[in-house]
Amino acid sequence: MITKRIIPCLDVRNGRVVKGVNFQGLGDVDSPVRLAEFYSEAGADELVFYDITASAEGRRLFTDILCEAASKVFIPLTVGGGINTLGDFDRVLKCGADKVSVNSGAIRNPALIREAAVRYGSQCVVLSVDIARVDGSFRVFAKGGRENTGLDAIEWIKRGVENGAGEIVVNSIDTDGVKGGFDLDLLAHVCMAVKVPVIASGGAGSIADFITLFKTLPGVDAGLAASVFHFGEIQIGDLKAAMAREGIPARM
Amino acid sequence: MIAIVDYGVGNLFSLRCSLSYIGCEAVITDSPEVLHAADNIILPGVGAFGDATEKLSSGGLDKVLIEEADSGKPLLGICLGMQLLFDESLEFGVHKGLGLISGRVVPLESMPGWNRRLKIPHIGWNPLKITRKSPLLKYVDDGDCVYFVHSYYASECEKDIIATAEYSGEVTAAVQRGNVFGTQFHPEKSGPVGLRILKAFCEIGGGGQC
Repeated sequence: MITKRIIPCLDVRNGRVVKGVNFQGLGDVDSPVRLAEFYSEAGADELVFYDITASAEGRRLFTDILCEAASKVFIPLTVGGGINTLGDFDRVLKCGADKVSVNSGAIRNPALIREAAVRYGSQCVVLSVDIARVDGSFRVFAKGGRENTGLDAIEWIKRGVENGAGEIVVNSIDTDGVKGGFDLDLLAHVCMAVKVPVIASGGAGSIADFITLFKTLPGVDAGLAASVFHFGEIQIGDLKAAMAREGIPARM
Repeated sequence: MIAIVDYGVGNLFSLRCSLSYIGCEAVITDSPEVLHAADNIILPGVGAFGDATEKLSSGGLDKVLIEEADSGKPLLGICLGMQLLFDESLEFGVHKGLGLISGRVVPLESMPGWNRRLKIPHIGWNPLKITRKSPLLKYVDDGDCVYFVHSYYASECEKDIIATAEYSGEVTAAVQRGNVFGTQFHPEKSGPVGLRILKAFCEIGGGGQC
């Protein structure tokens, strides 16, 4: 029985984790490599490194950090942020990334998904979509959620999968940061539309939110979150134990 | 010394790093001489079967691997590298494999009674069910999770299976025929359990040479 994955996401700018982390006994941590090791030891099933740098110098620092993390942490690593070309795929895959997540880059150039899937395989291409409700329908947002593209989210996701995306990350702008639970309504629509793995993101505030997610929507494969892990509000070990108690398959 | 076969398929960075992490120095090589001199050989691989066999045979590496395996050298195929050990694959047409283990590689959904609600590829952590004792799994317990990413699986190879994983039915997770081993999952991405499998492989033959 395949297990449900728990995925912490690290935002990296100029080689440091954006939100400093304060864990008991660990002190303030802003080294992505140390944090990756910490999460891996705690039982994270996968890690996402999100590059929010804009400068070329920052990009170089990011790939250096990725190489170092990949030489110390032996779980799947996904990289997102600033992926616009096949060259960007190449740059991060050479540093040990297993999957590459595209978002705005695919909106600007939808052919990127197919080209990357042909060259690296679908298992490597993750389509990440920022979605919010506008007048009752789900719309795709670009530029970190600032710009409404007008695209219908479910149609965009279906098209992405047809073009070769191997996984979908669904980021709900409506629930993000609210810590009131995942966007189950949106996720249910996505799960009905595609047969590739679906990763839920945005809204996790407690262990109970993950339990509700996996119990309500068996089609969701993984839960992704950042701040609840970074600020120690949820310990991954506790979360996994709770999942196991509730009969949700989890890697212990 | 461990040789990782470089035939232009997949990314070998993580595999080399994971071996180095457990103290096994590995070289990435496409040289028959280096493969011949190596204590153990790892055949990695990501991508399509047909493309991989073409690349292996165009460099003559297929013959080298068969010779080395026949000489008794420990060989480990990982993911597509494991699938290449079999007689043939049905991925995008029929392609001949190395024939070091009997069986054929077929789509997951061709499994009898396939559960259509399950997703393809099979991506994620799945517990191992150990079906036969093997030196490759000597540091692994039944139920330990490992990381899979694949859409095809090895069938008709029951007698060489050493571990399975449950995904609709029993999916071939690891195989052994004499000195030839294979894992469908990625030990280099399977956390501490995966590192222990790599360590066990490095200890086979040479007896802890790393």
